[in-house]
Amino acid sequence: MSTLTKKDFQSDQEVRWCPGCGDYAILSSFQTVLADLGIPKEKFVVVSGIGCASRFPYYMNTYGFHTIHGRAPAIATGVKLANPELSVWVVSGDGDALSIGASHLLHAMRRNIDIKVLMFNNRIYGLTKGQASPTSELAKRTKSTPMGSTDAPFNPMALALGANATFVARSVDVIGDHLRGVLHAAAAHRGSTFVEIFQNCNIFNDKAWVSWTDRAVRDDRLVDLVPGEPVVFGSAERRRGIKLDGLDPVLVEFEGDPPADILRWDPSRPDPSLSFLFAHLDQHQDFPLPIGIFRQMGATTYEDRVYGQLDIARQTSGPGDLQALLRSGTTWTVE
Amino acid sequence: MGTEDTSTPRHEHALSSVTIRFAGDSGDGMQLTGSQFTTSTALAGHDLATLPDFPAEIRAPAGTLPGVSGFQLRFSGDEVFTPGDDPDVLVAMNPAALRANIGDLKPGGLLILNDDSFKQKDLDKAGCESDPREDGSLSAFRVIPVELTRLTRAAVEEVGIDNRSADRCKNFFALGMVYWLFERSMEYTEEWLAKKFADRPLLYDANRRALLAGWAYCEATELFAERYVVPRAKVEPGLYRNISGNAAISLGLVAAAHRSGLRLFYASYPITPASDVLHEVAKLKNHGVISFQAEDEIAAVAAALGASYSGALGATCTSGPGMALKAETMGLATMVELPLVIVDVQRGGPSTGLPTKTEQADLLQALYGRPSETPTPVLAASTPADCFGMTLETARIAVKYMTPVVLLSDGYLANGAEPWKVPEVEDLPSFPAKFVDEVDGFLPYARNAETLARGWAVPGVAGLEHRVGGLEKQETTGNVSYAPANHERMIRLREEKIARIADDIPLQTVDGVESGELLVVGWGSTYGAITAAVRAARAEGRAVGHAHVKYLNPFPKNLGEVLSRFEKILVPEMNLGQLALLLRAKFGVPTESLTKVQGKPFTEAEVSGRIRELTTRGTKA
Repeated sequence: MSTLTKKDFQSDQEVRWCPGCGDYAILSSFQTVLADLGIPKEKFVVVSGIGCASRFPYYMNTYGFHTIHGRAPAIATGVKLANPELSVWVVSGDGDALSIGASHLLHAMRRNIDIKVLMFNNRIYGLTKGQASPTSELAKRTKSTPMGSTDAPFNPMALALGANATFVARSVDVIGDHLRGVLHAAAAHRGSTFVEIFQNCNIFNDKAWVSWTDRAVRDDRLVDLVPGEPVVFGSAERRRGIKLDGLDPVLVEFEGDPPADILRWDPSRPDPSLSFLFAHLDQHQDFPLPIGIFRQMGATTYEDRVYGQLDIARQTSGPGDLQALLRSGTTWTVE
Repeated sequence: MGTEDTSTPRHEHALSSVTIRFAGDSGDGMQLTGSQFTTSTALAGHDLATLPDFPAEIRAPAGTLPGVSGFQLRFSGDEVFTPGDDPDVLVAMNPAALRANIGDLKPGGLLILNDDSFKQKDLDKAGCESDPREDGSLSAFRVIPVELTRLTRAAVEEVGIDNRSADRCKNFFALGMVYWLFERSMEYTEEWLAKKFADRPLLYDANRRALLAGWAYCEATELFAERYVVPRAKVEPGLYRNISGNAAISLGLVAAAHRSGLRLFYASYPITPASDVLHEVAKLKNHGVISFQAEDEIAAVAAALGASYSGALGATCTSGPGMALKAETMGLATMVELPLVIVDVQRGGPSTGLPTKTEQADLLQALYGRPSETPTPVLAASTPADCFGMTLETARIAVKYMTPVVLLSDGYLANGAEPWKVPEVEDLPSFPAKFVDEVDGFLPYARNAETLARGWAVPGVAGLEHRVGGLEKQETTGNVSYAPANHERMIRLREEKIARIADDIPLQTVDGVESGELLVVGWGSTYGAITAAVRAARAEGRAVGHAHVKYLNPFPKNLGEVLSRFEKILVPEMNLGQLALLLRAKFGVPTESLTKVQGKPFTEAEVSGRIRELTTRGTKA
């Protein structure tokens, strides 16, 4: 197989997101990562729902299916089950995945089917021009919430963990190295995969994430959860780590190597409680917002269980014989 | 002359056809009793049709009217088209079952009652103000009171089970009685019990004793003055089995997978009265079938469409409320032009309506229940066994024309059953699916010149990478296009593709006279009642024909011409006139409607009555 490059994954269609949209950076990183995976291009299927993010398949020179609002995880489930050899990716937004399609997302996650859901979270409805989304913060003023949103937002990481997704991660559109690292890990995972990507909508909700992701504050306000590594963050002048005191996270300042009592991140535990705690880390005063890999647990996939049953059925009943099936049950012969 | 009879000489009464109804509490095992009698009757060589009637509640309070469950069966030496209008024989296990069903029993009919279930509390639960056995209300019938509870307990006493378990055997006592009455062999039921209770020998023993005791009770007493003999039916030689509509759909789906060379991907969400299809298909995994119980109706059709995209035969089965939820995805299937089988087992509506009862009111939904111009082929099965062939036909059209196709069944066909001559596989239609394998010059929306179907290019093939989606497509390339002229062109192309299917389906046939005074036009499960009524009218010399429309979109090419050959058109439907509306709109013909929306199928008498009103009696048949 010839080596693929990012260019091989660019379709001939003109990309039509607003100039400055965070989707451009994500598309670029995604194309780069897919080219690196060593998977033949024809094995990729990108499925999407409705929304700005969901135009994604048209710009990918792979198999692609732009479906209907919220249903991408359900359609992708059929795509994957009918041909488990495919590498199936779902591209969705916060409205598509967490509002109209929330149920499909949760059920795909709990089954542990190997589809990889990338949810671009810009905390707004962009394609319909600026209504509150299920991740918009309380009191957020939008066209549909002129006096401020009365709806408490979803926490996407907590939701995916609650649905027992076996790979749960978060990254940021503009932190390319980090995003590509997370996408590589997502691609390597077998099972239900959920990646939230902070994405900027410069038209309807500009700078939604800058208080965490801006270069000037990033080091102090984000903590990257890296499997096997101590949970540390902070600029060079002020290094900090996180340890646990019972159920409470505690900040520890240090210089040099991290102290031994700093938590060493293990996202592979079957019990997701620790990941759940980190999904709510920003509820604690002065704590950073975690990005990186919240959960990465090996488990039998849905498609393996489904095809395993087909094998068992064939072993116990023999391969399906249509004539015998039609003649089954109580029969009688009329002479 | 039936089985060998060496004991009491008894008058034998020959009948051409018998309709019998078993009625009891939903916990009394009436469906089981009915299905046992059905199989034994089929094995005895009769033609038959069955109709179960059960409440929506799984176990409504015992002894009350809402808890009554019934099973009706008609068998005959002639061809049977319906499960019968009014029963000749009613078995009523309690006062509620009696009250709910006595209105239907023919005058002079035979009524077998469980005499032990008429205590004051039983009468109160059933809302009887007086004891019907004593108030004269049953004087028109031949009443046979039997102490079913006491006799069953006595019959199973030696087995040593408690009274509660013993009482659960009384349906088999009743079955034994009915077997005696119609001279049925008990062999099948004995074998069935042995298999069913292989691990529970006490229950096997008890039920078998109850069955034999029921027979012996009739043999030993002078309870019945006569036994009934119905001649064997003259049917085409071959291997037969009994089949319900839902079972036939399941087999049809698996057969379609074999005959198309595709993997069946069946996705559905439980819904009455369609769930049995999921249960049946789920048992057939050795055929490589994937059965997917989705989180909801939308996910079911969405997964099926996704599977079709990957090259499987995507199918889903539901009822009216479920199809409403699937509408948007069906529209997507029309846009991306992928095969998709949608079966709607119609039930009483609107909304939750009458989930366990039958209706045919989803015709317009099937045809038009989606946004914009979304042409969709719609087919309808006529009888339980016909569901098999029509399922295959639905899949054939879906695969050949790359389109979603709706098959309409209903609760009456789903749960009703009839003998089915098992077909030979090589006689079934074959429609091998062909995937695009030519990379050079591939265009996702290039079309077959004859069928207008686009090619089916499945993921995994290098060089065919392409995108499909719900946005309007540019002709041939499939790229997104907002161009006004292209949109109109594509709307018309999609319409034309479906219209052309008319060249690929059978012409409309007519049963009865080919032209004349009245054409009865039906669709779906009214087939039996209309056929029987039209044949009866023919026997009276009336110039009546019957056209049963199995293809509702597109209509058979000659349908307009057929309609024009008759002076009047009568359209019986279990809705308020949906097919009649279509016929008037499409062909500009006046129609008479005969409508019924009671959750119950037409009786032969209802259709006959209307035919008589609209026609003159002839001089010769």
